[in-house]
Amino acid sequence: MADMLEIKDIHVYYGAIHAIKGVSLSVRQGEIVTLIGSNGAGKSTTLRTISGLLKPKEGDILFEGESIAGRPAQDIVKAGISQVPEGRRIFANMTVMENLELGAFSRSDADGIEADMHMVFKRFPRLLERKEQAAGTLSGGEQQMLAMGRALMSHPRLLLLDEPSMGLAPLLIREIFSIIEDINRAGTTVLLVEQNANMALSIAHRAYVLETGRIALSGDAKELAASEEVRKAYLGG
Amino acid sequence: MDFMSQVVQQLINGVSLGSIYALIALGYTMVYGIIKLINFAHGDIYMVGAYIGFFAVANAGLGIFPALIISMVLTGLLGCLVERVAYKPLRHAPRISLLITAIGVSFFLEYASMLFVSPTPRTFPEIFDSSVAYHIGEFIVNGQQLLIFAITFVLTVLLTYIVQKTKIGKAMRAVSFDTETAQLMGIDANRVISATFGIGSALAAAGGVLVGVYYNSIDPLMGIMPGLKAFVAAVLGGIGSLPGAVVGGLILGVIEAFVSGFLSSTFRDAAAFAILILVLLFRPSGIFGRDAQEKV
Ligand SMILES: Nc1ncnc2c1ncn2[C@@H]1O[C@H](COP(=O)(O)OP(=O)(O)OP(=O)(O)O)[C@@H](O)[C@H]1O
Ligand SMILES: [Mg+2]
Repeated sequence: MADMLEIKDIHVYYGAIHAIKGVSLSVRQGEIVTLIGSNGAGKSTTLRTISGLLKPKEGDILFEGESIAGRPAQDIVKAGISQVPEGRRIFANMTVMENLELGAFSRSDADGIEADMHMVFKRFPRLLERKEQAAGTLSGGEQQMLAMGRALMSHPRLLLLDEPSMGLAPLLIREIFSIIEDINRAGTTVLLVEQNANMALSIAHRAYVLETGRIALSGDAKELAASEEVRKAYLGG
Repeated sequence: MDFMSQVVQQLINGVSLGSIYALIALGYTMVYGIIKLINFAHGDIYMVGAYIGFFAVANAGLGIFPALIISMVLTGLLGCLVERVAYKPLRHAPRISLLITAIGVSFFLEYASMLFVSPTPRTFPEIFDSSVAYHIGEFIVNGQQLLIFAITFVLTVLLTYIVQKTKIGKAMRAVSFDTETAQLMGIDANRVISATFGIGSALAAAGGVLVGVYYNSIDPLMGIMPGLKAFVAAVLGGIGSLPGAVVGGLILGVIEAFVSGFLSSTFRDAAAFAILILVLLFRPSGIFGRDAQEKV
């Protein structure tokens, strides 16, 4: 299978801080790939660079064979990549419906938007019940669902998820992860960033381990989950 | 006239003046909402709007409505241009650089205007026969005041519609709430910021033309005081809030009218700034403001 996303040796800086020091990774069509690592490893920075919020100083990012590195964020959404950012970042002062509409901002195919809206409400029935409610009044889990539904509204081919389990109860985490698997089965490729390595490795096909801006390990998710090194560092023994 | 009718009469005058403040304050508050900049050049944008309206009426012989529209369009474009040239390069610069640049733009517009249209005040052609006034009971509303009410009302409704219902309006709210996340939705934040400057400047232009019609006289420094007053109005209403800008503008106008009508017009400007100080002391987030917002 061809690589859908290919990151080639990128370096990303925040001013003088060298946050990503030569990361390469790839995601193939149809996969769930997870990027795990501890606090400050550079996981979010990597996703933000893919989405065009940050520009890599060196290296390249290819999406479906085309370079997207340094392109403005709106072009990247148009190209078919959307992101559920860390901390959900829903538009709290707008309604659930308006949040979803904003997710479809880059589109003008009214029928397609309508169909995706149905799909989102089917996947997240709780959003339908609350569609006229201000998004800020939703519970944490509902906000995560809204953030995911909003990202799906652009009808992405590649979905980037940044710590969807953050701050949620275990039962809800399981629900969210099974929805991620569903979304993937329905044909969307997923790049999942997590600190909850256990959960992430259990649904992913392949994994990369990021340590202070560099890829320390990579491979099959099941194999990594079994490896001594990963167990010690990320799975609590 | 008895005391009560004087009160009502001052209310009418105050709402007229307050409507102008509201139109200017909307632009202040929109720009602040979206890039957290107190655009000190906004009062001068209003002055340019007044001049464009003046030339459209006096030189091109247009009626008030075409003049208003032309002024709003051209001033809106000027607002976009100022943003593009002066503020956009500073998007990631410290906030103080932006503020200083705004003050620079303000001086630039004032003195460039003096150069091009001369510092001498111009007299706005009379559009309404000033002797024509409408008597509602014992109160007097003149044609200019009715025009101000009507235009302000229409523009406020139109702006509310744009911001609440249209795609660009939703994008404006998204960018002002969380610029980065808005970009993740595929919104071109630069375009939205530009549109915000355009719309805000067009509203200020409408205020400028209406003031020309109301007070008849315009000059290159006419934007300084109303610019500051509209800033007070925006802070009073809660900076970043659109209803706040309108309500703040109206309250400020009415207070000024009462102060000049019942005390002395010398205290009029002092009243506005006393309000600013009181608001900043006791309720810095303003009437409609979300609490504990960061301030410049
Ligand atoms: N806006 C910023 N300015 C300066 N440094 C930053 C900024 N954002 C992140 N960093 C730094 O870059 C490095 C990588 O941060 P990043 O947010 O990508 O980590 P992360 O792996 O997502 O961590 P977490 O799991 O805590 O979310 C960290 O050292 C962090 O301090
Ligand atoms: Mg992170």
